Amino acid sequence: MAKMKFLCDSKRCIECNGCVTACKNENNVEWGIQRRRVVTINDGEPGETSISVACMHCTDAPCMAVCPTDVFYQTEDGIVLHNKDGCIGCGYCLFACPFGAPQFPSDAAFGERGKMDKCTFCAGGPEEDNSPEEKAKYGANRIAEGKLPMCAEMCSTKALLAGDAAEVSDIFRERVIYRGHNDGAWAQTTLQNETDLAYDATQPKA
Amino acid sequence: MIPHKWPSVTLPFHTLLLPLLALTLAFTLLFSGLTQASNSSEARPAERKVASFAGPEYWRAIQQGEAGQTQSQTREANQLINVQGEEWRQWRNQWVTPAGAYAMGGTLAVLLLFYILVGQNKLDSPRTGSTVERWKRFDRAMHWTVATLFIILAISGLTLLYGKFFLRAALGDSLWGNYATACKLAHNYLGPIFVVALLVMIIKWMKHNFFNSTDIKWFMQGGGMVGKTHPSAGYMNGGEKAWFWVLTIAGLVVCISGLVMDFPNFDQSRETMQLANLIHGSVSLLLIAASFGHIYIGTAGTEGALEGMKSGHVDETWAKQHHDLWYHEVKNEGSDKQ
Repeated sequence: MAKMKFLCDSKRCIECNGCVTACKNENNVEWGIQRRRVVTINDGEPGETSISVACMHCTDAPCMAVCPTDVFYQTEDGIVLHNKDGCIGCGYCLFACPFGAPQFPSDAAFGERGKMDKCTFCAGGPEEDNSPEEKAKYGANRIAEGKLPMCAEMCSTKALLAGDAAEVSDIFRERVIYRGHNDGAWAQTTLQNETDLAYDATQPKA
Repeated sequence: MIPHKWPSVTLPFHTLLLPLLALTLAFTLLFSGLTQASNSSEARPAERKVASFAGPEYWRAIQQGEAGQTQSQTREANQLINVQGEEWRQWRNQWVTPAGAYAMGGTLAVLLLFYILVGQNKLDSPRTGSTVERWKRFDRAMHWTVATLFIILAISGLTLLYGKFFLRAALGDSLWGNYATACKLAHNYLGPIFVVALLVMIIKWMKHNFFNSTDIKWFMQGGGMVGKTHPSAGYMNGGEKAWFWVLTIAGLVVCISGLVMDFPNFDQSRETMQLANLIHGSVSLLLIAASFGHIYIGTAGTEGALEGMKSGHVDETWAKQHHDLWYHEVKNEGSDKQ
């Protein structure tokens, strides 16, 4: 069985926010909620780096562990989904999540948060696949159609990868090899005369 | 930082592209210049530069909650990772949840054992049939308002903490979902009413509840819970006073921490609400455990105690046995008036 994961290649993300828009459009995400966001560290400074982040579909998901009504469930593919019918809007999943993935349409007095919304890996919810009910509550169910999440599919630089963990890491590993890099995955250290080897042009590919 | 390698690239594709690139660059610079000019009046916040471009330090900084820029308007969206939640999860799931269950179960077990071994604190002599007024209508209304709200809040709160372990399976998804929603709504809307009711009760009854030397003697004799002795007590005995202060202090802590979570519209951070949740959970669980003791003593534990809060009047025998100083006070007042 596949183990679905997202991976954002910080060397490729150009902060275009295309993933955010793709997600909002594909899933008809409620006003005020952004299931995915791009965060730029060192914005406008040397070493500016952007990462696109959404629900990471944790194996040991904190949201699942703290939910008082137990509405979360994990699909066979390791995708963390939730049943909005049982959600009481307590906000505990938001407290627990390290990535700020669960969001609520409101934060009014008396804890009136509404029902939690988060990235579904484009896998919908507990309703029948691609039914109008599922579409209205959770958005698209691309997984049921054999497609990957829209954010990753639309990523212009292919920074955002989604899919089976093994395949995602194979792609990334290949990139790292072609980058010809001491430090491998993410970047050089300060020891290498401050040269950025992310895009080693002497290499033929990637 | 422009990569150093760029100028040395001499592929034909790039040479073709170079004029185009230059043109684009010129445009970009032009527009960025314009936007820069329009923004120059704003003071740019001093940003701490994260060392190394996406290197180990970068990831360490992100893991420690380094914030950046984002287009998302959600609160705290500029942080990629906030590990505080994991700490909260551990505290809540590994400590507060089991400890609360032990505290409540332990208290119930002790009370049951006490009831079996010692039994009810009976009246020593038969009832006289004449009564004295102990609680006025307003006092009783206040007590039962607070008590009813306390019980509803306790049940709804306990449901939200422990319900998922057995109630979901027992009720089925649909019923469980509706019941949990009702619990959350009850908790969030009745909570603030409880705060007001509790405050009124604290203010109204505080004057009776300051400790004095009689209470020390009362505690030294264990409050007469075991055996035949009945230590002297005024209108309130040492135990009642202790419960009053437990309820006052713990109750206020629970109220304040509850309000922090009940009104997320004041922009408090997740960390504040996590802390409030832990305080609220642990203190209210202790308070619920303590309330079992209060409920036991007020009902099954003491003969004739519940009458006082039901009708407002207690039998003279009961008054003499449990609150002798107060009884004599009332009698003297009565005789003075006559």
